[in-house]
Parts: sequence; C-alpha cells; structure tokens
Amino acid sequence: MSTAENRDTPEQAEFRAYCRQWLKHNHPGEPPVSLPQSELELSDPHALEWLQAWQRSAYEAGLIGSDFATEHGGGGRTDCQRIANQEMQAAKTPFFPNLIGLRMSAPPILLHGKEEVKRELLPKLLSGEEIWCQGFSEPGAGSDLANQQTFAERKGDEWIINGHKVWTTMAHFASWMILLCRTSKDDKYKGLSYFVVPMKSEGVSVRPLIKMTGETGFNEVFFENVVLDDRYRLGEVGDGWQVAMTTLAHERGAGPIVIPQAGGMDTEEKLDVYNTEPLIALAKKSYRNGEPAADDPGVRDRLVQLIIREQAIKENDRRQRVPELNDHPARLALQHKLLGSEFAQDLAQLSYDIEGIGSSLYTNDPNALDGGQWPLAYMNSFGMTIAAGTNEIQRNILGERVLGLPKTK
Amino acid sequence: MTQSKNFGFGEDEMMLRDAARKFFADNCPPDQLHRLVANNPDIHRPIENKWQPELWQAICELGWHLVCIPEDCGGIGMPLVAAVALAEEVGKAAFPSPLLSTFNSTFVLNACGTNTAKQTLESIANGRAATLAITNQKGSWEPLDTDVRIDNGKLTGSAWFVQDASKADLLVVSAASNDGVGLYVVNTSATGVNIIADGIIDLTRDQAHIEFNHVDAVEVSAPGKGGEAISQAMPAILAVTSADMVGAGEWLLQTTTEYATTRVQFERPIGFFQAVKHPLVNVMIEIDQAKSLTYAAASAYHEEPERADILARMAKSRASDMAAFSANRAVQLHGGIGFTWECFVHLYFKRQMHNRSLFGDGEYQREQLANSLIAPL
Repeated sequence: MSTAENRDTPEQAEFRAYCRQWLKHNHPGEPPVSLPQSELELSDPHALEWLQAWQRSAYEAGLIGSDFATEHGGGGRTDCQRIANQEMQAAKTPFFPNLIGLRMSAPPILLHGKEEVKRELLPKLLSGEEIWCQGFSEPGAGSDLANQQTFAERKGDEWIINGHKVWTTMAHFASWMILLCRTSKDDKYKGLSYFVVPMKSEGVSVRPLIKMTGETGFNEVFFENVVLDDRYRLGEVGDGWQVAMTTLAHERGAGPIVIPQAGGMDTEEKLDVYNTEPLIALAKKSYRNGEPAADDPGVRDRLVQLIIREQAIKENDRRQRVPELNDHPARLALQHKLLGSEFAQDLAQLSYDIEGIGSSLYTNDPNALDGGQWPLAYMNSFGMTIAAGTNEIQRNILGERVLGLPKTK
Repeated sequence: MTQSKNFGFGEDEMMLRDAARKFFADNCPPDQLHRLVANNPDIHRPIENKWQPELWQAICELGWHLVCIPEDCGGIGMPLVAAVALAEEVGKAAFPSPLLSTFNSTFVLNACGTNTAKQTLESIANGRAATLAITNQKGSWEPLDTDVRIDNGKLTGSAWFVQDASKADLLVVSAASNDGVGLYVVNTSATGVNIIADGIIDLTRDQAHIEFNHVDAVEVSAPGKGGEAISQAMPAILAVTSADMVGAGEWLLQTTTEYATTRVQFERPIGFFQAVKHPLVNVMIEIDQAKSLTYAAASAYHEEPERADILARMAKSRASDMAAFSANRAVQLHGGIGFTWECFVHLYFKRQMHNRSLFGDGEYQREQLANSLIAPL
C-alpha cells in the first residue's frame, strides 16, 4: 500500500478502489492515431476526437469534476479529484484534450461566475464536449499582461469587443474562450474585465501560427465588433486582473482547486520526454564522438544532476504539504512552473550531448533515435518556459511576493 | 515502513527546532560571533580555537547532544530529522561547537552495535564530545581508506581533516589491521595522541590532523567491520552536513535580501533591478531543493533504509552546489562591503565552502550516484 493510500478517508478509499477498477476495464488503450507530446501541440482533428472520447468516458465515470457540485455537472464528492488523478496517472492513461478548460477556465468560472453560467458551461467543459482556449496574450501584452488593448465597450446589457489575441492554443478547436480585455482606459489594472466568449460569435476569426518545430497548435484570434451578453462576465467590471490571477495561479499549479489530470501514457510513438528514465535509456544506447555516451563522465554528471532535480521537485511537493516546514506559504507553490519547465528544457537539451552528431536527425528520419522526439521536445520546451508568464516574470513574482523585494512593475 | 507525509517531523522535532532558533538568536547573534571568532584578520595569525565552551555546556544541559543516542545508552532516541532540524539552526547561526561532529560519531557508533560502542555512547550521553578520525591524508571518503594501523591493540599512524578535534574529548578512529578496517575509540588526552591543529579558512570550527604513537585503543566495531559501520552511518552524516549548509544558505539569502531592500543606487533599492532580484530567487530555489532532499534523506534513513544512501548523496550534491552558489552571490550582491572583513558575510562564506567539500563535494556524490543510477563505470 502506498503512503497516499494510508491517508485516505473512507470516502476516498472507496472512490480509489472504484477508480482503479474502472480504469482496469476502461483504459482506452493504444491510440489509433499519432498523439503529440502534450495537449499544447494538438493539431490533428482525429487525435482530438479520440482524446475527446476518452475525456467523455472518464467524465461519465466520475473521474473528472469529482469534487464539483452535482448541479455544476460534478460528482459532489469531497477531496476526491486528487485520488482520481493519482489513479489515472498510475494507470498511464492518455492526457485530457480540454486542458485549458479544466485548468484555466473552470476555476475562475467556479469562483467568479454567475450561478446560471456555471450550470450552463461547466458540464460540457468537464466532459470535453466543448473545448476551451485562453485569450490573454496580445501583440503588445506579453510579459506586461496588463497592457491589454482589446477593448470591450458597454452597450446596455451587451459588450462590443474589438481587438487581437495571440499564442492562442486550441483556438482552432475551441467553442469558448476566457477573455481578459480592457473596459476602461482610465487605469491600467482597474480598467480590465474578464469574460467568457463563444468562439462561434460573429466577428471572431482564427488564424493558425506555425511553431519553430513545424507543428501547429496555437493561433491568432481577431475580434471585430463581437457582441457578448453581460452574463458572460466573470467578476465585477474592473476586477479582470484579480480574476486573471485565479487563472494564472491554477495554470502555475498554485491554485486552491484540484485540477483533473490524466497522463503518463508511454507508447512506442509517444515517449515520455518529461522524465529522466527514458533519457538514461537513451544514454545507454547512444554513441557520442564514437564512444558510448553512458560512459562519458561529463554526460554522467549532468544526467545525475537532472535525476537529482527530478527528485528535488518531488520532495518539494511533499514538503509543500507540511505548513510547519514552510517559512512562507507560497514559497514552494510559486516555484512549481519555473522548476518544471526548466527541468524539462534541460532534460531535452542534454539529449544533444548524449546523442552527439546523432542529435542532428529529426522526426522525419528513420535513423533518428527515439524517433527524433528529444530535439522536438527541446524546441517545444520553450513553450513552457515562455508561456504562462515567462520564467523571468516568474522570478520577479518570487522575488517580490516571497522575498519582499521592490516591485518591478 | 512507508514514507511519512511530514518527513517524520513531529511536534517534538518542531519544538526542538524552535527552541534552537531562539537559543542561537539569544546567545550567538552574528555581531557577537564576529567579535569572538574574527577578532584577528591577520593572514599570518596564529592558529586558535575560538568558541564558547559554556554554550556547549548549556547545549548539553538542554540535551541536544542526546537526540540520536538510544534510550538504553542514556539518550533520547529521536529520529534523524531531530538532528537535522538542530543542524539547520546550527548552520543558520554558523555556531562553533562539536555538536555536529558528536552527532556524526553517534551515527557511526549506533551502526557498530557492540557493547563497547554502547559504552562509548553512554559517555557521550554524559557530555563528552566526540569526533570522527576516519580520513586519510589524501582526503579520501572511502570507508576503507585510512593511514592508521592497529597492531597488538595499539594505534599508529595519522588521521587527517578531523573536524572540531580541539573541542572533542573522544576520537572514533578507523584503522587497518590484518582483519580489515576496524573502528576504535581513544581519548583526545591519551598518551601518544598528538593533535596538530590545521590553519583553516573557516573561522567557525577547528580542524586538525592527529598522530597516533602506540596509543591504547578500545575496539568499537565488530572485527574488520568498521567500513560497514561508516557506510551505514554515511547517509546520516551527509544529511546533517547538508542541513548545516541549508541553514547557512538561508542566513545568506535573508541577509542579502535585506541588504538589497535597503541599499539605494540610481534612486531605487537595488533589489528592484532584475540583475539583483533574479539571482536571489535562484539562491532561494537551490536552498529549497537542498532542504527538501535533506529532509527526504533523513526520513528515508529510518523509513526506507535501502534508499537512504541515494537520497543522502542527492542532498549532499545539491546542498554543496547551493553552498558555493549562495556564498558567491551573497558577496557579489553586497558589493564592496561584502568583500570586507567587517561584513559578517565572510563567516558564512567560509563555513559554506568548508562544508561543501566535507564528506565529498557535489561532483564526488554524483560520481557515486552515477554508478548506481546509470551503470557502474
């Protein structure tokens, strides 16, 4: 029995047994189509369809939204989502396609939305029937997120929206968008409001962007006189920045709501590029400058450094749950995104040292080791160190909120 | 046993930590420490052992030296995290004392399991400080490497890099014989023991090499089983050493952060600038990783002994690298004042650099880890 199980309440223990049993019979198995390395690179509609079917079955079984109220489409349980997550990850399931819905949209809807909107939107969000995207970044509002230029002008009970969003992951599949935009030009922060917008609205257009890897998955979104009902506003007019912080906290793994998470599936096609184990295996089969990579003292040292960081991230998570061992309550939580993304980047980058000149072979070459997934993962890792607030911004936040250093903004 | 959620930090361990924090704040603030250990900056100064034996007495009265001694030897028998919690506070205060060396000796004696080892633990429980003399002149951390021989019950040869030797009453010595390597206890005042203090950079401890000339010694390990006892104790030794660095790292971080919020240049506190802010955050991140790994190693020592060696080497690797980094950034970000003798930062800088190498630096630990985690070379 693992430690986690020892601490289960009776409800959690029963639910865990149920999840385990359900997953034994309902794991979707090998995908019939090639899946990308993460949700963020989804571009094939067939892959989306297959993943949506998986999310729907997990939702109907109660493994998604376990702690949400039943009137919001949830299971009405207490602290059971984390149990479902543990079991899904142990069962090495595929990931959920509606990542932005589950992680970034559901928390602000639940915490700041009107009751009727919660009842309308949450069930289809949890089931994955409706895919969500996030409209925060703009050409002029990246790290300086509050510099929003997209404008919503109030007309009675409606808003008229005009503007331009970028880096919008999943917009090409999305039914809904969480939108941060300007409703007043008087104050940079207090002039912001937060909405949810149907992507089918007249005046919304989506243009795909191609990443440095050659993959698609994110987009530009244009708003031209888009009309939106006021009930789709989350929080008060002018409170958009606070609501956006709810999204960002959950995006960075530091929010109060437990996000449904599945994953860990390791197939021949989809290598786990976020873990040292396959990189150790790579070192054992690679040659570098004509010699076995696993015998190279420099490679060995750097590889062990990464194994240590991987363990440290796990032990940080363990320590984070013991308040007496944390001098500042947010000190570890706010490091989460930074540590994970830089670990993943350094891990993938080490593959170049391990493979030597073999690292020149890409996904379209039959001789590429591990199907060229490592150099692909390295390039994709910048998505993680840049998105959700660049790691430079993360360091500002840690310095200011935890160490108490003077604010940059 | 299974892994505990809180690393084994129960109420007693937390109380001990808080008591230690208060004790050092009251009795060993940095200005007082600086007056005590740094009153002579002369680069050719005579080698001196500067500490406050009365504070060591006070610590013994509080019973901190007892935490890892079993109850049947007069100790309290707390888990390793108790010693780790104390070591973290000791590091934060850069406190000169034989407490950590005594802990390390205790771990080795606990691992010996003989009656003579138990008797030695009893005399430590009675307030006698101890230290390990298990390193050769080449600075090897391999448990079987020693420059001391034992023949007919008498020690001959020399031990090197002995920590707190001038503060200790007892030495736990590794020595080779035809049976292999064993462990032996001698009094520092015994005939034939010659303690030659080293001129060291760290002002908050003393170190020596020790010559043994036909010294009567009591064997505390089973014959030829000294190396095994050292190996078994090593995770605890590494965890405690890492905890000292974690505590000192936290002092350097907090002190440098405070300086960055008060020192004004270009009309702003320098902590406003990202060239100052980001390295401080990086120091914090490294401390936190070292701290989490250190606690994990300490809890594994009892709960998952088969993983303790790996976790302890991970902790020592991360803590050693952090020690060097935190010390480096603290001096740099203090600017000119950080480079002076009058600024307290150098006390911690020197302690960190000493602990970094003690029992093997990060590269050494990773070399050991690579053999078990990748493949033997």
